[in-house]
Amino acid sequence: MTREAVIVGVADTPLQNGVLRDGGSVLQVQARAAKAALDEAGLSMAEVDGLLSAGTWGVPGPGSLMTITLGEYLGIRPRFTDSTNIGGAAFEAHLAHAALAIERGYCDVALICYGSTQRSESSRTLGGRAPTLTMQYESPFGMLMPIGGYAMAAMRHMHDYGTTGEQLAEVAVAARAWASLNPAATRREPISVDDVLASPMVSDPLHKLDACLVTDGGGAVVMTSAERARSLNSKPIYVRGFGESHTHWTIAQMPDLTLTTAADTGRRAMSMAGISHDDVDVAQIYASFTITVLLTLEALGFCPRGGAGEFVANGRLAPGGDFPINTNGGGLSCAHPGMYGLYLLVEAVRQLRGECGPRQVRDARIALVNGTGGTLSSTATCVLSRD
Amino acid sequence: MTNRPAPVIDDDSRPFWQGTARQQLRLPYCRACAAAFFYPRALCPRCHGDDLEWRNASGRGTVYSYTVSRRPAGPAFQAITPYVVALVDLEEGPRLLTNVLVDRPDQVHIGQSVTVVYQPLGDGETVLPLFQPEAAPER
Repeated sequence: MTREAVIVGVADTPLQNGVLRDGGSVLQVQARAAKAALDEAGLSMAEVDGLLSAGTWGVPGPGSLMTITLGEYLGIRPRFTDSTNIGGAAFEAHLAHAALAIERGYCDVALICYGSTQRSESSRTLGGRAPTLTMQYESPFGMLMPIGGYAMAAMRHMHDYGTTGEQLAEVAVAARAWASLNPAATRREPISVDDVLASPMVSDPLHKLDACLVTDGGGAVVMTSAERARSLNSKPIYVRGFGESHTHWTIAQMPDLTLTTAADTGRRAMSMAGISHDDVDVAQIYASFTITVLLTLEALGFCPRGGAGEFVANGRLAPGGDFPINTNGGGLSCAHPGMYGLYLLVEAVRQLRGECGPRQVRDARIALVNGTGGTLSSTATCVLSRD
Repeated sequence: MTNRPAPVIDDDSRPFWQGTARQQLRLPYCRACAAAFFYPRALCPRCHGDDLEWRNASGRGTVYSYTVSRRPAGPAFQAITPYVVALVDLEEGPRLLTNVLVDRPDQVHIGQSVTVVYQPLGDGETVLPLFQPEAAPER
């Protein structure tokens, strides 16, 4: 009989105004989130034999060998370890890797962790490093990182398809409307399309409100086999399909500025899961910037190429619309602790369990999660199911 | 005035930066593909062949996309903010990240023809390939 991988515990770290409510170092954050997720699953830290993490903390230094440092801190000696870092999409890739490991019997209980204290430490600095290797063709030209690359993708999308600033803004407005239903979200006051367009331009055509938040955060996901989950109290969520890919680090190497690898990873994940677009009840789609959502909806095939601007119009992504995404407010309004991919999984699981209160999508059976990392560099897609 | 971040030149990139220092835009060229590529690598990223040479480029290209940085990406860019960051498709095929030099950002558009200009970095060594609209007068 084939072993099936399931998610049995999730946790995220409480924030207040975007900083850790209870304080803590980046290692404490992850330990607390891990414990919370394991408690929810009814498993103990001693049972964890697979450890996965990615992040930007402690580099250079202890974060350079991330799961080693984290494993030491947590007191875990794993038999499956994975520090794959492909940016914000890393955690969707981790979910895939852990699912394969569990299915193959390479590990039994996998723990995926993330933590960031970038906001409280004011440490988000993607610039300032000497431009070595491939960065020597980028850093001397002053592109704002990472918004500049996304902005050029948005500019090209507008040029090719007539996409408007108003259509981009719709994504931010919908995210805020979802956040207003989520007490844990960082920014909850409603905004309008006009508010987005009136916010300061950062990198044309993207405004401040087209960009994700800068917050602290952390979280954890616990996985095991369906067989093992039968003796646990938590309701298992099945991992049905996944895919991962990447094309470039420097934006000039992106093959087509308006097409991400979600076209490949989405197709593979959905095919593995045996589902079609109509089967998806709720989607969690990485919103680093508003343009990321438009490009991803097209790449995943929910609308034709160039059609995402029209697709998202009139509140379609918002509460009450017929395509609910980022139901916690996402990276634009809930939290964005440097890398957001783990939060996508946490919210998808909560939707499938039916735990989301006023923001619950009715009878959500199948969730699609798509992470995007770097500068539209990587994507990873997962299909999750409640049965 | 602070200089822009200087490229850390390595064995892949040395011929390229030596070229710009002599006001030449040089590109690696794969003989098997009969095509140029950029940035320079040990293997052609298309066919993975290693029969490579350097050739001079025309210095002409087209704006594929651009953005206007409304904030400086570090102190070196303070004095020129707002400034245009662009992806330029060279006649020979490869795409470069660069700046398009204009008086006002609205003078740049996608599809615009641009030509290379060479701007010393200020470290007495490196020269950056920047671009300006083709019809523009000498700066």
